This record gives sequence, C-alpha cells and structure tokens, in this order.
Amino acid sequence: MSIFEFLLDPFDFVFMQRALAVTVIAAVVCAVLSCWLVLIGWSLMGDAVSHAVLPGVVLAYIAGVPFAVGAVLFGFLAVGLIGAVRDTSRVKEDAAIGIVFTTLFALGLVLISVTPSQSDLTHIIFGNLLGLSHEDLFQVLVLGTITLVILILKHRDFTLFAFDPTHAHAIGLNPRLLGAFLLGLLALTSVVALQAVGVVLVVAMLIIPGATAYLLTDRFGRMLVLAPTISAACAVVGLYASYYLDAASGGMVVLVQGAAFTLVYLFSPRHGLVATRLAAARRRKAASAPEQPARTHTLAG
Amino acid sequence: MSAAIDVDSVTVNYGDVPALDGATLRLNKGRICGLVGMNGSGKSTLFKAIMGLVKPDAGTVTIDGGSPAAARRSGAISYVPQSEDVDWHFPLSVHEVVMMGRYGHMGMTRRPHKKDKLAVAEALDRVELSDFAQRQIGQLSGGQRKRAFVARGIAQGATTLLLDEPFAGVDKRSEATICALLKELAADGAAILLSTHDLHALPELADEAVLIMRRVLMHGDPAVVLQPENLALAFGLDVMKRNEMAL
Repeated sequence: MSIFEFLLDPFDFVFMQRALAVTVIAAVVCAVLSCWLVLIGWSLMGDAVSHAVLPGVVLAYIAGVPFAVGAVLFGFLAVGLIGAVRDTSRVKEDAAIGIVFTTLFALGLVLISVTPSQSDLTHIIFGNLLGLSHEDLFQVLVLGTITLVILILKHRDFTLFAFDPTHAHAIGLNPRLLGAFLLGLLALTSVVALQAVGVVLVVAMLIIPGATAYLLTDRFGRMLVLAPTISAACAVVGLYASYYLDAASGGMVVLVQGAAFTLVYLFSPRHGLVATRLAAARRRKAASAPEQPARTHTLAG
Repeated sequence: MSAAIDVDSVTVNYGDVPALDGATLRLNKGRICGLVGMNGSGKSTLFKAIMGLVKPDAGTVTIDGGSPAAARRSGAISYVPQSEDVDWHFPLSVHEVVMMGRYGHMGMTRRPHKKDKLAVAEALDRVELSDFAQRQIGQLSGGQRKRAFVARGIAQGATTLLLDEPFAGVDKRSEATICALLKELAADGAAILLSTHDLHALPELADEAVLIMRRVLMHGDPAVVLQPENLALAFGLDVMKRNEMAL
C-alpha cells in the first residue's frame, strides 16, 4: 500500500469524512479554550461542567430543542451549585465540585436509561465519531464557529481576566461577567466535543492541549496557535490509528493527545523535564567551577 | 478641590468578622500616604473598598468627588498587587502586561492603536524597563516586577495609585528607584496610597502616614505617626511593658 492510499483510503467513506471534520473542529475549539482554563486553574471546573451538561443534553433531546440550550443551562446550574455548596457549608471547593458534577452526571445517566430510543443518547457518553449524522456535523460546525469567533474577538479580555481580575475590575470591566461568559462558552464547547469523544473524555480535550502548549512557550499569543495546531494534529493521527487498528476513535484521539503531552513534558526546549534538569546540572557545575582554581592554588602554594 | 480619595466612616464586615469599623481617610492629589498596620488590620479591605471590590456595610467612598464606579470607568484608579497574588509564570511579556493598562481606553476587542502603543512605550521608558519589554514577566527581578505594574498604571493614565506592599521582596537599590518614581508621579499630581511594613523608608518617601487597626487610629506626618508609642497602638503592644524591657 502506498503512503497516499494509506492516507486517503479511510476517507472514501462519508462517515470518515464527517468524523474527521467533527474531530478537528472539536479539537481546535477545545484547545483554544483550554489555554485559558489551564492558566486560570479551571481544569477541575472544565471537568465538572463537561460532565454536568449531560442531563441538560438529554432533556434537550426529549424536549426537541438544540442540545446547546440544555447544556448551557446545566453548565451554569453546576457552577452555581458548586459555588453555593462551597460558600454556605464547610465543604471545600474540590469536594463541592466532585459532589455536584457526579450527581448531575448520574442524573443524566438515569434520564438516558428511562428515555425511549436511547441509542442516540448512549453515544453521547462515549462519543460516536463513526456514526455521526449530517445534522450532528451541522450542529458542531455552527456551535464551534460561534464559540471560536467569540473567543478570538474577546481573547484579550479573557486573558486579562485570567491574569489579573482585580485590574479588570479597577479599569471598569466586570470580571464576574467575563468569568460567566467563559463558563458559558465552556458548556457550548462541551456540546461540540461530546459528539466527537463523548462526555467522559471531553475534559481531556479541554485540558491537555492548553497544558501542552503552556510547556512550549512563554507567550500567550503563541499558546493560542500551538494548542489548536497540536490538538488538531493529534485528532487526525488518532483517527487514522482508530481506523487501521479498529479501535475506539474517541479514546484513540485522547491517547494521542496524552502521548503528545508526554513528549513535550519530557523534551520541551525550555520547560521540559530533560531541559530543566540539564540546566540545573549546568548551574551546579558553574557554581562549583570557581572553587577548582582556588584549590590548585592552595596545592601549588 | 475634592480629595482624590475620600473614605468616610466606612464599615465592612465579612460575615460576623469586622474588617473595617468606621474608617475615615482623605488623601489629596499630589500626596503619598503610607498605610501602616498589622496583618488583618484591614489594609487590604481598605484597598478593596476604595476600588469598589467590597461594598461597605456603612459609610461612603468617593474618588475625585465622584463614585468609585465612575472613577474606574474613566481609568483613574490603578492597583499594584502584592507579589504573591500574581502568577509570575503567566505567559505574558512586560509589554503585554503594561498594555493591559490601556484596555479601558480601547474598543470591544482591545486592539491596540498607535496612541496605545505610544502610551505603553512612554510608560516603560518612564520606569526604565524599555530594554525588558519583551521579557516574560517572571524573568524580572523583584523591583522590576513592581515597576512593570506601576508602568501599567502610568500607561492607563491613572491619577490614584494603590500599591499593596510594594517593597516586599525588593532590594534596597530597587526600593530607592521605586521611591523616586513614586515621588515623580506624585509631583505630577497623582495621589498614592501604599501599604508597607518597611517603616524605615516611610518618612523619607511619604508625605503622610496612617495607622490602621480596623479604623484609622492616626493620620499625619510620618515622623509623628511612626513614633514608637503610636506604633504600639496599631500593633497592640503594651507600651509600658516595652519600656520596662528597655530598662
């Protein structure tokens, strides 16, 4: 088999074309958002919201309204409940997050189990890249574009919010509103990505690309380019791997992202493990170097 | 002329815990005022009340004769945070941080125009960080980091500067540089309120000093306010006991 056949064969199938389109869109939108999530320290929040949207999506399915509506509603409900539990009891935030999102996720699972014609819905849990309908593609395209355009237009405000919300307040902006906006976009993004990798693995796409890019650069602008590029590349590689190995597509995409993170974690030029260890060793050597001439001097004397 | 900062009998409670209890403080333009008090004395809460980050349970805050909200919108207030409140690994350059001072003057997408770039360049020049503009903020020394945030306030055109512990983790030489810079800004008409534990530097730098312990105990000439018996009031030391120990 030639390399061209290897690369082009899978896309003789319409379902593979759709799968590719949806994965790449989801990978890019999630990756852009993840740049802010990892810097704010909202990875757990991403985990929570992406799971908590499940009952919203199921209810939206039952009511026949767009998934996005239910997802955004339940995303905010989750964040509100987490804040309420944290602020009005002695339970700490990580526990509050754990309680709220697992309960909402469980509600989603129960709702799915009692909903007739549930086959569409079980796909939401693990993703169903290879069984995407035309409508699924359309929804991902619309939501992905809206989210991406807002993120790009307001990226400077979001970065300010992530870096110094007090300054944002001091110059007359509303950091709470910016935070809420970001959480709403997080819920929308979850809808985009659950079509691709399923609700369980969305959080991987929301954290890994941003964290990977963060280890590669000291410029936020470059993070915003690196994260989606790496994420999209991983999505494509993962899809090929899933096709040729006949393995779960969502899982494969996330595995490749994890592998990419591992490589960067080890070998990133400045912030990688190898580079920082070598630099530390060099510093130690440089620190001990001046002693050597002194010692020879004493010996000679 | 209305005061730059006018805090009038402000009380702030966090639940049952009083953080400020009828604090009153007026600071005019062109003056540098040092805020002295122990941890938990309400210094940070006072800053928050001035910025409108906490709503007073009683009393009023007026900035330049208007509401704090109006002052924030016009870009009059700038806050230099404590070092430990900043994520120094954040992937931003000094230039990008200073540019954030301009956001209130920009359009929806905060795309910098020529005048914004000019203001940032001037501010960086003023704090002598032009050569460090492209450094990631964490790669600056303690003193340079403070100057970068002051530059953000300058680029913003702020007339009221609030600095939370600007001398913590800063060496003596950098401290002198920062003091000279703050004096220049005050001479240009800015009102500067800073909290500090560095009592030695204060008489040289500040025009006024304030002792705070949930309320303003004393406000006046630093040389007078920082007398040991007055400090004892703010830091809860028993003056007599200290004298005995000295004997």
